[in-house]
Amino acid sequence: MSGNGSGYAVEIRDLVKAFGSFVAVDHVSLQVKKGEIFGFLGPNGAGKSTTIRMLCGLLTPTSGDASVSGCDVRTQPEEIRRNIGYMSQKFSLYDDLTVEQNIDFFTGMYGVPRQRRQERKDYVLEMANLKERRGAATYTLSGGWKQRLALGCAILHDPPVLFLDEPTSGVDPIARGAFWNLIRDMAETGHTVFVSTHYMDEAEYCNRLALMYRGKVIALGTPEELKTNLDGHALLRLDTAATLETMRVLEGIPGVIESAVFGGGLHVVVDEPEAAMGRIRSKLAEGNIEIRRLEAITPSLEDVFVALIEAEERKAA
Amino acid sequence: MSYRRTKAIFIKELHHITRDARSLALALAMPVMMLLLYGYALSLDVDHIQTLIYDQDGTEASRDLMRQFQGSRYFDVAGFVNNYADIQRGIDTNRILVGVVIPRDFSRDLRSGHTANVQIIVDGSDSNTAAIAMGYAESIVRNYSAEAGVDLQNFRGRHLPPPIDARMRVWYNSSLESKNYVVPGLIAVILMIIAGQLTSLTVAREWEMGTMEQILSTPLRPAEMVLGKMLAYFVVGFTDSAIALIVGVTIFAVPFRGSILTLAVSTCVFLCGTLFWGIFISAGCRTQVAAYQLGMLSSFLPGFLLSGFVFALDTMPKAIQVISVIVPARYFVTIVKAIFLKGVGIGQLWNQLAYLVVFGTIVFWRTVRRMNQKVT
Repeated sequence: MSGNGSGYAVEIRDLVKAFGSFVAVDHVSLQVKKGEIFGFLGPNGAGKSTTIRMLCGLLTPTSGDASVSGCDVRTQPEEIRRNIGYMSQKFSLYDDLTVEQNIDFFTGMYGVPRQRRQERKDYVLEMANLKERRGAATYTLSGGWKQRLALGCAILHDPPVLFLDEPTSGVDPIARGAFWNLIRDMAETGHTVFVSTHYMDEAEYCNRLALMYRGKVIALGTPEELKTNLDGHALLRLDTAATLETMRVLEGIPGVIESAVFGGGLHVVVDEPEAAMGRIRSKLAEGNIEIRRLEAITPSLEDVFVALIEAEERKAA
Repeated sequence: MSYRRTKAIFIKELHHITRDARSLALALAMPVMMLLLYGYALSLDVDHIQTLIYDQDGTEASRDLMRQFQGSRYFDVAGFVNNYADIQRGIDTNRILVGVVIPRDFSRDLRSGHTANVQIIVDGSDSNTAAIAMGYAESIVRNYSAEAGVDLQNFRGRHLPPPIDARMRVWYNSSLESKNYVVPGLIAVILMIIAGQLTSLTVAREWEMGTMEQILSTPLRPAEMVLGKMLAYFVVGFTDSAIALIVGVTIFAVPFRGSILTLAVSTCVFLCGTLFWGIFISAGCRTQVAAYQLGMLSSFLPGFLLSGFVFALDTMPKAIQVISVIVPARYFVTIVKAIFLKGVGIGQLWNQLAYLVVFGTIVFWRTVRRMNQKVT
């Protein structure tokens, strides 16, 4: 489907969107390969939705370039709309229409050819598990069903690229799991899925991730790459008898960047794990604090993001 | 323009309309309710004027004059009094509108060839009705006076022909009943109001519900959305037109002299334009409340005041007359009245129809432009 054969489904270069003096998206650059599940992470207001809406042709960029399936978002919005499926953050199908009427409507919108209509409709009903409820008014469906129907309506025309803006917000964990199975199925059949979320566990399902914060991409890579790259730092797990006392002692130790309470103990970010562990042991021994556990651990994505965002804030301060 | 997408929008809108049974019932009952309400309330006929007579003369001549009032369908003689105070009280309590005072020397003056006087007292607090009542009273007295004059001359042995006798012949609304021109005009105005309101929510609702975001991410073009939505509400608007026509002809017994086909064609042209207008309003609003108020304001006021259906435009200030030129209801009122009362065909109406076509085209084009701008 790509016009330039670059192998990228989405290419963004120096993309900026400003609303007055507020810069919602600040020089974002990234590429998404075909068939990839690309995760877009970040807190609310980080600029994820704004970026996605620009890629869908719903907003005009202030500056920079972006292309989807080889089509330029500025000059070829109509081609893009034929090649994408989009699920907005807010549920946006027609609540008063039935499941089937919604499907028929979007079939018409996307101009699905006559001979394929029934097949696509059956596929979507099957996929969303809504066969039995095809005649039900949409507002009677619960959150998980609605999300699946919305996804179904967005893929009626079998688009090569899918944009899902926080598709699982407000949906229970079981429905979320089922939804991610659908996303994986889509990717396995060659679709590119560009999905934003603020659930850390969902980030693990993505092939690659971008972490967005205050309009900027502050980290980009596979989940594994991100976990090992803690901005050049390492993570220690430290359990002691006196957690708060320990935190105070840690503040004065050179090489300790920061510490945070995690479960029953502490996560400590340090620059040199071996040297830092030695210093921590001796300092805590001086203070007569008993160490129950001290070891280098692989950080979770959450640790990484918290560390990255705090580093970003230190830079800004 | 894609036929498929336009049709998909059309069908979707029909689903919305039929799904909400209450709104649909209201939309269909509206022309009946408005016609009944305004059709009766806006009656401009003045008859059965409550009248008191104070006859100071008490002669055959004065009783003759009284009988003229009693026999007129415009006056109801509510009673006879013997002083002015009763007339004043009657007017103050709104019991009567007119008092007739026949002075003491009425018959004497008549016989001797002097000018005889009759006093007509009218409650002028409603100037329009008062003017009409005065006209009727004057014509009764004038008739009486002419007859009396001829009688007098005959009595004196001279044969004189009666003075010039103007014979009025009223065309098209021969009984001069106001309902015959109010109701057709009202049908036109009601259609404007309904059409403007039906569509005024349709785009604003999509913004409010967030569904606009979803359909804007599809290949749908603004022109297809505008046309599809218009056509769906056209079905409702046209049904309303038929209901209004039936109510007008049956309940109000307004004569329908023209061709149904001419009326149907003109109604189609008018409905398209005003439905586009509602969508135009809606496309400028992000909330349904704002769209509703703006739709109401822009269809109700010009529909009632600037269409010339009751309030004659010729007597309005020049500036308002100029504004009224762009109000489509003005042309449709002319068309509907002409078809109802005069039975004229398309040949005589093409001026008005051409304007309505131009109006519809411009509004459609502006609406599509407006939708386009909202996308980015």
